[in-house]
Amino acid sequence: MSADPKKRKSERSGRARRFAALVRKESSQVVRDPSSILIAFVLPLILLFLFGYGVSLDTTQTRIGLVVEEATPLTRDLAASFQASRYFAVANGRDRREFEDDLILGRVRGIVVIPARFAADHAAGRHPAVQVIVDGSDPNTANFVQNYAQGTVANWERQRTLEGQGQPPAIAAQQRFWFNPELTSRNFLVPGSIAIVMTLVGTLLTSLVVAREWERGTMEAMMATPVSAAELLAGKLLPYFILGLSSMTLCVLLAIFLFGVPFRGSVVALYALSATFLMPALGQGLLISAATKNQFLASQLALISAFLPAFLLSGFLFEINSMPTIIQWFTYIVPARYLIPSLQTVFLAGDIWPMFGRAIAVMFLIGCVFFALAARSTRKRIG
Amino acid sequence: MTSGADTGAAAPFVRLAAVSKRFGAAPPALDSIDGVIEGGRITGLVGPDGAGKTTLIRLITGLMLPDEGTVEVLGYGTRKDPASIQAAIGYMPQRFGLYEDLSVQENLDLYADLRGLPLAERGRTFAELLEFTDLARFTTRLAGKLSGGMKQKLGLACALLRKPRLLLLDEPGVGVDPISRRDLWKMVENLTAEGIGVLWSTAYLDEAEACDHVLLLNQGRLLFAGSPPEMTGRVKDRVFRLSGTTGRRRERLARLLDKDGVVDGVIQGEAIRLVMKQGLTPPLLEGSSGSATATPPRFEDAFVDMLGGGPGGRSRLAETQRQFAADGGRPVIEARGLTKRFGDFTAADNITFDIPRGEIFGLLGPNGAGKSTTFKMLCGLLKPTAGEGRVAGFDLRRDAAEARNRLGYMAQKFSLYGDLSVLQNLNFFAGVYGLSGARKRERIGLMTEIFDFGTIHDMSAKDLPLGLKQRLALACAVLHEPEVLFLDEPTSGVDPITRREFWTHINGLVEKGVTVLVTTHFMDEAEYCDRISLIYRGRSIALGSPDEMKARVAGMDLPDPTMEDAFIALVQGSEAKEAA
Amino acid sequence: MWWGRLKALIVKELLAVLRDPKGRTILIGPPIIQLLVFSYAATLEVKNVDLMLLNRDNGHWSQELVQQIGGSPTFRSIRLANSPAEIQFAIDNQHVLAAVEIGPTFSRDIEAGKPAEVQMILDGRRSNASQIVSGYLSRIVGTLAAETPAGERAASQAIRVEARNWFNPNLIFQWFMVPNLVASIALLIGLIVTALSVARERELGTFDQLIVSPLRTHEILIGKLIPPMMIGLFHITIYILAAVFIFGVPLRGSLFLLYGSAIFYLAAVVGLGLFISALSMTQQQAILGAFLFMVPAMLLSGFATPIENMPSWLQPVTLINPLRYFLVIVKGVFLKDIPVAEVVHQTLPLCLIAVVTLSSAAWLFRRRLE
Repeated sequence: MSADPKKRKSERSGRARRFAALVRKESSQVVRDPSSILIAFVLPLILLFLFGYGVSLDTTQTRIGLVVEEATPLTRDLAASFQASRYFAVANGRDRREFEDDLILGRVRGIVVIPARFAADHAAGRHPAVQVIVDGSDPNTANFVQNYAQGTVANWERQRTLEGQGQPPAIAAQQRFWFNPELTSRNFLVPGSIAIVMTLVGTLLTSLVVAREWERGTMEAMMATPVSAAELLAGKLLPYFILGLSSMTLCVLLAIFLFGVPFRGSVVALYALSATFLMPALGQGLLISAATKNQFLASQLALISAFLPAFLLSGFLFEINSMPTIIQWFTYIVPARYLIPSLQTVFLAGDIWPMFGRAIAVMFLIGCVFFALAARSTRKRIG
Repeated sequence: MTSGADTGAAAPFVRLAAVSKRFGAAPPALDSIDGVIEGGRITGLVGPDGAGKTTLIRLITGLMLPDEGTVEVLGYGTRKDPASIQAAIGYMPQRFGLYEDLSVQENLDLYADLRGLPLAERGRTFAELLEFTDLARFTTRLAGKLSGGMKQKLGLACALLRKPRLLLLDEPGVGVDPISRRDLWKMVENLTAEGIGVLWSTAYLDEAEACDHVLLLNQGRLLFAGSPPEMTGRVKDRVFRLSGTTGRRRERLARLLDKDGVVDGVIQGEAIRLVMKQGLTPPLLEGSSGSATATPPRFEDAFVDMLGGGPGGRSRLAETQRQFAADGGRPVIEARGLTKRFGDFTAADNITFDIPRGEIFGLLGPNGAGKSTTFKMLCGLLKPTAGEGRVAGFDLRRDAAEARNRLGYMAQKFSLYGDLSVLQNLNFFAGVYGLSGARKRERIGLMTEIFDFGTIHDMSAKDLPLGLKQRLALACAVLHEPEVLFLDEPTSGVDPITRREFWTHINGLVEKGVTVLVTTHFMDEAEYCDRISLIYRGRSIALGSPDEMKARVAGMDLPDPTMEDAFIALVQGSEAKEAA
Repeated sequence: MWWGRLKALIVKELLAVLRDPKGRTILIGPPIIQLLVFSYAATLEVKNVDLMLLNRDNGHWSQELVQQIGGSPTFRSIRLANSPAEIQFAIDNQHVLAAVEIGPTFSRDIEAGKPAEVQMILDGRRSNASQIVSGYLSRIVGTLAAETPAGERAASQAIRVEARNWFNPNLIFQWFMVPNLVASIALLIGLIVTALSVARERELGTFDQLIVSPLRTHEILIGKLIPPMMIGLFHITIYILAAVFIFGVPLRGSLFLLYGSAIFYLAAVVGLGLFISALSMTQQQAILGAFLFMVPAMLLSGFATPIENMPSWLQPVTLINPLRYFLVIVKGVFLKDIPVAEVVHQTLPLCLIAVVTLSSAAWLFRRRLE
């Protein structure tokens, strides 16, 4: 019977029509449901703004106290180079005790002390020293203050060498920061946050809408029609796939035109990476909703199992290499771990296909696993 | 053709053989059910909430598989060939399965595509169904914005798009006004004339009576399968109506229920309805007049009889209740022109009534008619847009705490703390109502004794069976001996025995001077009230005793109208007046 | 009388959270995950760095440099490159974070007393890690420079930068992170427990029960306020114990001050939770609302990055964030033994936030009943 070509053809057109109907339905629901718009467009904007403006690892204008214990031409010259540094906002003093309270209260991040003997030691070649006291309660900032203070002193020495006073350094270390010479943290945070946004749309929103169908009983009504489970899933996925790509596009445009992040790669690479990433993201959303069938649980699970790992365990803010080995293993199954470096590369470095190829392959693989699991738990059966 | 579909004309559409289904460790949801559903007639799947109706329907659709036994639908096994079944049936799940953010037409289009309705037939089918359901005017309206009755019709239309051979309707009558319910029934009857088999599940026993065939479920077991007359035949010549009685009929009913030979009894307007044991006539009570006439039995009479009769008439709860003295005749509950508007929608419009002490007053109407709004304004949950409501002389929105100490409240759905144990719930409500020390212990002890909570003190309330939940809700509402009771749909969906027990307590409390305001969309329950206000589209269209209402619509063609007849006639009368 | 009602309400509220498996999960799951993930994984330290070396010099000094780099614990692996193209490929594909290129005349220049050059190439896509690595590398190069003949000659005049880290001499990242977590866990738990408690009652219909009971609105609010605060204090205590006994963070200030301000902090947090739950109709909306508040609150608090790094127009926004103030107090009490005046100074805004959020929540509840 199934060999009858006419029947097969009609089956095929029936399937196409059912699929189109599902997609149409889902799309009009997205357009009419304010919570979809909220998650797909408003939330991304908020996140993008937070990472574009709020989170900045650039330590520019860090407040320090500068203590010049003895005013000599030499110390004044060194002090001037601290005052001129774009990394520091300097408050001047004559005694370190003036700033001790400020350091405790966090009003300054460090105290640079040019001691009384400095000029004399320098003149006499008695190993002059500059003291840097930093607030160790924030180790990251403390590190930066130390590095910048060192850099400022080194610059000053180099400057004096050029002016013919003093010795050139024995070894000059030239540093070059590729792709982001100004070290603007926004340039890597904004592309990274696009991956977070797509996780939200792909996993959170998808799991919510599917769970909603279970809650409202519409899933049951659909299942009692000739629709197959695969059609149901595909009909759900296509609209959210497109929605995910649209909010990604919105974010990319904002990143380029509002935040001025350079875009050096190709649009093809951008979409290839994003589209592949949506596979595991959507698959995970489907899996969550099929397993919970309840919007409340789905939202919690999506936040814990998708949003947080994408945020914390993807290399977005925190270096994966610095994590304990067990957690490093875990990061291998976090899809955002592959997308975030690739997005940063598309923006800052350009198309580096060996890297993208690997990322796409792994994300595709994870996506297949999620889909297989989701399809297994969304058979046409209840309970 | 495939092997299964070749069935003779006489073969039943659905064949259930020893079907069982369990969920977790709970008692089986369905326990060895056998039965058939045939084409060309309406089969009622009848039973209280939690009896297993929805589970059985899901087993028939093939969306769920039985643990034991087999389900065969239209010749296909649900285990092997669910796809063929799903292609041939129409199914309307409990909340109609509609997409609320799609319009009527979009819902129809969606289901037409999913069911593979050929494009050429669409115009005609849509037109037919829209006319049939009277929805043609509303095609662009969002399904979420339709009234309950309209949603139900749209749900039916979606299930009928490609004429199914078997139509499964899961509680289509819930939350729908009687007129829509009657319309729907007529539509479904027309379908059976074309040979379609219909399964109509319901918790309302009056709906069961109208079916051609009934499967009666209780606690997962099939109690009865057959035609309604077969069922009512059980209690043939055993049902009587005691009318023209003088004196307090509730107190009389309580005494009658404790007599030997009385199987069941309820208040029915001014009269008392009794079911006697075989061959016995209603006993006479000293000091009361009135006559007993035999009356046709109803499905519910037979159901109670089947379950071994109703509970006795004694309410320990009422016996321990202090008496509220009749005072100066001032009404205990007053509604004066209560009006509530939400935007441009008037949910309740100028509703006025008084309830004297010791009366049961009912707000009767379909869901969404405004009875809950009125109810909520009176107990202080909503602020009226205009008018005022007073309880025991207090405006509940102004004289909050003290006045509220005098009222007990029982919400529509079970609304105690499900995660708290029975005892913790009792403790909480006792604390909130200011009981403490010896008095708290005494009242909680009493409730435990009366309602038999002793063995289940530590169970979480959400794990209780429906009947016990309902008892616990009542216990929590009366812990502090309120003089006014607000009951919102107190017994919808519970089994008749629990319902009788509940009303025995309420009747007893009323005898002690407690005043009761009850909302219901349950026509039978309305007859337990002294007076009712019929609420329809936000207005009170009739006020009076149940008998008065029935008398008002009685006529040549309806000599002995039911409450539902009265309701429909009064609504139609009011609509006609509006149109004029 | 009112105390009896309130007690009943508080007991009920605690039982409702503790007896609900979902509630118990919330009380146990997130705190453990947060403690583990943040204190171990979420670190801005840079360890296990992969480095590439292109050494075109075969003299003694380049060998010396390679050895010194190899001896540094920061670097996990050092790959040797044969050409600049290899470096480019490895950095492009993020196989290494940084590369060091030593020119062919390196040793010769040093021996000749001429300034020798080393090139460091770092991946600017990971600018935070790169900067830290460049600091490490510079220090190694500086040490080597001091050993060269020219360096030794100049050493007497070269300026040493002596760094001293107050409060945390070894810059242990967990000393920074774990006290932060004390504040953030209270935010997380306080917000979720509160936001859910009202939404759950509304969803289950028990809220109507409360309103028709003799409880007054402010009693309901207080009854909703105290249990999450108790739960929050419990979590704060657990985290403080973990900080001291598991992570060895020194507790230098007064616990009394810490708990005193924690009460106001929790009141502010629970006030926000009540506000969110007064706005939401369902538990799902409450969760999303709490989430929508929590992410910006964490990012704009000084937790991950200092507030002074933010653009100046954004900094005032952080003033309404209770986490911002309590972070200062927790870190201050733990590591710095900050003075009472400063604790008070940071607690006052918390009081203000609590008053505003609680009264607006009360107003919203009343309005919802209309």
